[in-house]
Parts: sequence; structure tokens; C-alpha cells
Amino acid sequence: MSMLEVRNVSKHFGSLIAVREVSLTVAKGELRAIIGPNGAGKTTFFNLITGFFPPTAGEIIFDGQNVTTVSAADRVKRGMARTFQVTEVFPELSVRENVRIAAEVAAGYALRPWLGGAEVRDIASVVEETVAVTGLAGKANRLVGELAHGDQRAAEIAMALALRPRLLLLDEPTAGMGEQETFEIAGLIRKLHRDKSYTIILVEHDMRVVFHLADRISVLDQGALLADGTPEQIAANPAVQAAYLGKAA
Amino acid sequence: MSGMARAQTQAPAAERPLLILAGIWVVLIAAPFWMPLVGGYTSLASRILVIGLAAMSLNFLIGFTGVVSFGHAAYFGLGVYGAGMILRYIAPSTPLAVIAGILLGGIVGSAVGALICRRRGIYFALVTIAFQEVFYYIAYKWDSVTGGFDGLRGFQRQPIHFGLFTLDIQKNDLAFYYFVLAVFAIVVGFMGFVLRSPFGRTLLAVRENERRARFLGIPVDRHIWLAFTISSFCIGAAGALYALLNNFADPSSLYTDLSGELVIMCVLGGMRSFWGPLLGAAVFEVLQDYISSQTVNWLFFIGLIFVLVVMFFPRGLLGVFRRRSAA
Repeated sequence: MSMLEVRNVSKHFGSLIAVREVSLTVAKGELRAIIGPNGAGKTTFFNLITGFFPPTAGEIIFDGQNVTTVSAADRVKRGMARTFQVTEVFPELSVRENVRIAAEVAAGYALRPWLGGAEVRDIASVVEETVAVTGLAGKANRLVGELAHGDQRAAEIAMALALRPRLLLLDEPTAGMGEQETFEIAGLIRKLHRDKSYTIILVEHDMRVVFHLADRISVLDQGALLADGTPEQIAANPAVQAAYLGKAA
Repeated sequence: MSGMARAQTQAPAAERPLLILAGIWVVLIAAPFWMPLVGGYTSLASRILVIGLAAMSLNFLIGFTGVVSFGHAAYFGLGVYGAGMILRYIAPSTPLAVIAGILLGGIVGSAVGALICRRRGIYFALVTIAFQEVFYYIAYKWDSVTGGFDGLRGFQRQPIHFGLFTLDIQKNDLAFYYFVLAVFAIVVGFMGFVLRSPFGRTLLAVRENERRARFLGIPVDRHIWLAFTISSFCIGAAGALYALLNNFADPSSLYTDLSGELVIMCVLGGMRSFWGPLLGAAVFEVLQDYISSQTVNWLFFIGLIFVLVVMFFPRGLLGVFRRRSAA
């Protein structure tokens, strides 16, 4: 059963064609990486999936339902959660409050003036579980803006998880990180995939992370899908090597 | 290490905000008794509460939703005229006047908010000024109803009858102070309650990061509109009290100057702090009261102090108690 199916999606900005007739299918429980040189259209493609803007042509099927014209907020309600290339958190609130807001909104409490005892306990258990999974239990009361970059990323992922998503989209989770932080975030993503069975789509520049984690890899180049396959197939693909890996190395 | 030590001493932290809160209320309840000792008087205390309530209402929007209105005197002034016109034309009832002021400020604010909640930043601020000018000119020009430039006179706050006894807020300044404090407590309590709710936390989310808030599934425009509406109802209450305080309604109560002064009070006291704007209003009003008795150029000194505060306390006077990580 596929979790996400993208059919011949294109995005034009005036005369610029940022994404050109891309199709791909992500299975439930799969970890899919999307790679490609700078300007290949990866983030645009991500924004199309999450509903940041509508595609010029094509269809997006999420969990069996056509969501092509569904707004970003409604896609979140249907179970799509994302993180951003530039960390997007609530810097002057604590880690716990960041996650709590996400959990409350996901539970449909955004307009509630108060919560009952059982509701408060449910939210608290989601928050504590999520904070623990992302390794932030010891820092839950710290203001997110005061944390190291890697921990801010983890907090952002925790917020996405608190939405109880069925599909998690991570836009360059290791961007701007040092060795140690990259290693920790990669470990977290692997844990979410292997132990918690999340379906994950990952845009990533760090090839070690990509080839280490991904079940399948899709390569974009100049807005078009260049190749799609297992890490072994992608590594052996001459077109990919020419367009991307050759240049990167 | 020091983090752990702090975590341990933080154990009673849950009680500390309650102690501070209790302290604030003791100071406010006792104000008529200690104010004279430091050169103040009861009606100045009433004035500080009223203007402080207006500043706190505005700060609900600026400090806790992250949306700046430079035209909030409009809804304050509508509260003033709403209360004044009830007393002047309809019925000599103080409670009715207060309710009318709240409703007029709140409903008009809600309608304006619905029109402008899609705007952001400087555009939002400019449109709030434009709407304020509209209401100012209505009050200024509509002589037969609002009294025009001369203002609306010929009404007085009325004693409040509780059946068994009567609270004479008309002649007794002390009774009036406690009446103002009671309304203040209800409105401020309401705002505090909202900010502690799941809905209130979505406002903080909008303030902190609108893009993130939207991608959590918060309809940001709707929540900005609701915050604007709540803020207008609350500042309408402050306006109604202002009409009772002065027994007079004039167009300057919905003029740009007051909007600017309210923003200054928020910045002065600290926008990230719930009580900051009240302190800002107190500093502003006391300085005005004191300096204006010495020189007509009192605004110069207020400006000077404002500049100094912004330079040395960029987060406002209460900003020195800035939130820090707890562990």
C-alpha cells in the first residue's frame, strides 16, 4: 500500500520550470531520500507535496486520497508533518511548550479555552513520549532558542512527531551541522524509521546520511526525475554519477 | 553543574509566581493607603489602573500575539463614548454604561479586525491608524451626538445599588477606586485565563513563528482576528472606566497621541511581561502628573526617559526578569 503517490507533477514559476513531470511512489514504512544538485527543485518538490503552493499540473495522492488542491493546514490534519531547511521553532518558549502546542493543535484544541483533566493527561503523555524519543528529556524546560543547533533540529522534529503524522517530511535535517550533530540526527531518523515505523521522506545533501539511511533514493536534476532506486542501484547508475555524484566528488 | 543546582532550587518555582501575583494584588488593593505617603492621591491611582488596563489590553495583541496596532485608541475611545452616551442620553446606570462601552469598543474592533487580519507588519499597523482616524473624525465632526470638538459633557457616574446597600462611587473617590479595581480584576483575569489556555498558546505560537504555526495547522488569520477582538473588548472596558473617571468624553481619547502613548507604555514596562504595561502606565502617568506640575514641556522629559529605557532596558523595565531556561 502506498502512502504517497505523486503523478506527473510540474511547477512553473513564470517561464521557469522548477519541477518537470515528476512521478514517484512512497510505500508505507519506507524511508525515501530525495537528492540532487543545488537548484534541482528538491525544496520546490517538497513544498508541492506539503501544499505550500499548488502544482501547475499533475496529482498528489496521500494515503489513497487526492490532496492536490487541499491546503497545507488540512494536509497537516490528514497526517503530513514537515520540518524546514531553516529550523522553524518557537524560540522564546521551552522545548516542552513547543511540543505541547503542536500536540494540542493536532488534537483539535486550537480554539479551546480550557481542557478537561483527561485531555490534559493525554496531551502530557504525548509530549513526554515525544520529548523522550527525540532525546530532549533532559532539556525539556530549556528555551528552544538557547539550545545548540542540533538540539533545535531535534525539537523541530519533536514538534512534527507530536502531530502524530503518518508521513514525516524532513527538509535537509543535517544542514549546517558538524560531525557529531549530524551523527546524532541521523541516529534519531534511523530510530524513527526502524523502531517507530514512520514513513519518512528526506531531502538531504550529506551523502553518507542518505546512503546509510534510505530504503530508496530519488534523484532530481534540473527539475526532472533522473533516477529512482535502491542505494546500490543509484550508486551504480552512470547517469547519476555524471550529473551529480561525479560533480560532488 | 550549576544547571543542576538551579534545578533543585527551582523546586518551589511553582509557588513563586503565585507569591508575586499575590504581592501585585496586595499593592493594588492597598494603593489608596500608600499612595498619599509617596505624594500620590486616590484619583491618580484610579487613572493609572484605567490607563494600565488599556495598555495591558493592547499588549495582549502586541506582546502575546506579536501583532502591532498603532490605532488602539479607537476602541478605547469608543468605550469612552459608549459609556458616556448611555449616561447622557439613555439611562443613569453605571453598570449599563460599562457594558455599553465594552460592547461598542469590542464589536467595532471585531469588525475592523475581520477586515484587516490578513495584513501583516507595517501594513497592518498602518491600516489600524487609518481606521482610528475614521472614528476620530466621526467623534470630532458629529456635534449633535458626540459634542464634537468640545466633547460630551453633562453626565456623571452614578452610585451603584446592590439592593441592601449602595456603593457611592459618585462622591467617594475611594469607593470609585475599588469599583475600577474590580472591573480591572475581571478583565485582567479574563486575559490571563485566555493566555493560559490552549487557544492562548496558539497566539504565542503565532508571535514566535507564523510559518511554523501555519504548518502546525493553526489558521493564523483567524487567530489574529480573535486576538484583535479580545483586545478590543478589553480596551473598551478601559475606555468605559475612563468616561466614568472624568465624567467627560472627548475626541482626544481616540486620537493618535493616545495610541502612541499606549505603545510607549507597553515598551516601557516590557512587552513580554503580562504586568509590564501596567508598570509602564504607572511610570508614564506619575511622571506626567509630577513633571507637568513643574513645566509645560513635560513630554520632553517623558521622551528622554523613554529613550533611556529603550537604550538600557531594551526589553522594558520588567524585561530584567526575563524568562530563562529552568533547568
